[in-house]
Amino acid sequence: MMAKADAYWRRTKRLTFTLLLCWICLTFGVTWFSREVNEMVFLGFPLGFYMAAQGSLVIFLLIIWWYNRRMRKIDAEFGVDED
Amino acid sequence: MLKSLTRLQRYYLYYTGCFLAFIGALAILEQHGMPPRWIGYSFLFFTISMYALIGIVSRTSDVSEYYVAGRKIPAFFNGMATGADWMSAASFIGMAGTLYLSGFQGLAYVIGWTGGFVLVALLLAPYLRRFGQYTIPDFLGARYGGNAIRLVAVAAAILASFVYVVAQIYGVGVITSRFVSLQFEIGVFVGLAGILVCSFLGGMKAVTWTQVAQYLILIVAYVTPVAILSYNVTGNPIPQLVYGQVLQQVTELENRLFDTPAEIEVRQLFRERADLYAQKIMQLPHSLIHEREQLSTEINRLKASDAQMKEIVALERHRRDLPHDPDQAKTRWESAMFSAADRSKQPIHHAEAFPGETAEEQNIQRINFLALVFCLTVGTAALPHILTRYYTTPSVREARESVFWSLLFILLLYITAPAYAVFAKYEVLSHLAEIPIAKLPGWVAAWAKVGLVSIEDINGDGILQLAELSLNPDVIVLATPEIAGMPYVVSGLVAAGGLAAALSTADGLLLTITSALSHDVYYRIIRPDASTQFRLVISKSMLLVVAVLAATVAAQKPGTILSMVAWAFSIAGSAFFPALVLGIFWERATRQGALAGMIVGVLLSIYYIVRVEFDTIPWLGISGLHMEPWLHIQATSSGFFGVLAGFATIILVSLVTKPEPGAISFLKGIRFRNEASS
Repeated sequence: MMAKADAYWRRTKRLTFTLLLCWICLTFGVTWFSREVNEMVFLGFPLGFYMAAQGSLVIFLLIIWWYNRRMRKIDAEFGVDED
Repeated sequence: MLKSLTRLQRYYLYYTGCFLAFIGALAILEQHGMPPRWIGYSFLFFTISMYALIGIVSRTSDVSEYYVAGRKIPAFFNGMATGADWMSAASFIGMAGTLYLSGFQGLAYVIGWTGGFVLVALLLAPYLRRFGQYTIPDFLGARYGGNAIRLVAVAAAILASFVYVVAQIYGVGVITSRFVSLQFEIGVFVGLAGILVCSFLGGMKAVTWTQVAQYLILIVAYVTPVAILSYNVTGNPIPQLVYGQVLQQVTELENRLFDTPAEIEVRQLFRERADLYAQKIMQLPHSLIHEREQLSTEINRLKASDAQMKEIVALERHRRDLPHDPDQAKTRWESAMFSAADRSKQPIHHAEAFPGETAEEQNIQRINFLALVFCLTVGTAALPHILTRYYTTPSVREARESVFWSLLFILLLYITAPAYAVFAKYEVLSHLAEIPIAKLPGWVAAWAKVGLVSIEDINGDGILQLAELSLNPDVIVLATPEIAGMPYVVSGLVAAGGLAAALSTADGLLLTITSALSHDVYYRIIRPDASTQFRLVISKSMLLVVAVLAATVAAQKPGTILSMVAWAFSIAGSAFFPALVLGIFWERATRQGALAGMIVGVLLSIYYIVRVEFDTIPWLGISGLHMEPWLHIQATSSGFFGVLAGFATIILVSLVTKPEPGAISFLKGIRFRNEASS
């Protein structure tokens, strides 16, 4: 039981920190270079503006979606099924 | 198709249909001559009675239902309720305006207020749900042990939430007074009634179901006007897709208009005026005496000659309106100087990131942008009224999923707000700039009357230059229906949406304050043996007291309240975020560490705000407070330092104190547990 709990937590932690790192790179890394990225055009928008107004938001949503999907799998593997 | 929906989804579908039919009916009535004021009343009455109906149907006398809606809210609806809980009057009315005024820099709010939900999803929501109690202080109390940390948490929760709730009720007053022409104070008490019908009888359960209803109204109200405007301008009714092209046109117009000789002249004139005020302030009190003497000589000279009586009266009124004493002169002239200086600035291009004339200025903007994003994300992930919502789902898995739905529903509004700003800017640049002032569109005069738009023809050429126009941020959302030439019913809809946004956020905040007082202070600390019935009585009376108190404060029209809301994020972020996150992810975090971290974080945030924002505090007799900001970071982002200091303090103090004995077993419980055994 102990080992199982530890393994579950290790998997959860790895997933959490990987996604958190992606989030930090996007939120602070890409945004830092907005001025430079703005030179490019996407759908008629300067890309830096687009990322801050829409692109990042959609990726945030995808990060959460991916986390939920992976966690469901991990839950099933470890028998943390809830119903 | 209908069969595949759950019963609840069908109910809300009928409700939405009912609301749309109501709007349709009003639109028809308007064509038959129903006056705007009655349309406003109908919206007010219809929506509030809907909320009241839901509030009464969901009444409860069960403690768990009162605090956490009996943990029966499906992920999808919890997402919607969180959306309404989250989006306040400021998001609904103010954000598009902020984006209009500050262009790219305003997008910090869009990124910050959505990015925070990633932190909620990854770091907090699942663990709070697995812990499964009632409040955020509950969690900290259980993790670190002892009443001290609970009390600090209660104090921080109330500090962050109370200002916020006052701002919401203030927002209700503003909306009702503008659209239904109720007196501001009466509007405030209408707001109070609207909040109490939702929350008093049914607590969290009723608040949740009304928030779902309020979300539906607010999103329809937000998207409709800009969709119609977008269709008028581009032929495509989905503004989020097409405003990129409009943005390009805006940039072209900006390039053409910003540096015309007339614009440069107008900005020069404003700069001269600002300098003049600066000089007058420097020479106080002499300059005030001098000005009064000058006016008196002029009046006497006119009286001696055979000038028109009208001129003399005008000058005498001018003399009467002069500031009475040097202090008053200083405040009045300072605000005049700042507004003139503001208008004299080189305007910024809407799409330009981190605008500035030198590389250093650009860097300052960049740092401030990122610091603000940091504060808003961390603050979002630490506001107690949002976090408690994740206690209300049936399971951990649904808690995780409901963060996804929350963000999706919030995105719908936040993706639309920048489009509002760009369409409004296009309208101003193409239909107001370089137009004779006498021929401006009707909405300008209508909103100038209530003081949200002001025009001053400083160079006297009878033509509007951009620098001569100043807009209050609220006007963007409020005036869009008129800009697009829509019937009044759409304006009424916008008012109903703003009302829904303000009421839903106020409900959630009020409940947080109430449960902090009744559950954490009264039940957990003062009388742990209180019967459930008595706990409910205490909760309900607390709710009433706090609500009336908030409405009373809002009725005083505290002007600074709106700027104080931004500070709530820094305060909540530095109080809760480090203690919660380290509490979940780091076994070694100790009670002393958490206590020290929370206190240091909050105090540093407040200290920074006070020293950067103020110079004197008259009622404490302190002056000469002002200090230069660190790393050029503005007071709004004080949480940047508060949160970092909070993390550092918790880690350092925890390492030198003994490990918490209960931490391991507590963490085992929230990190891995079969739901069935809980």
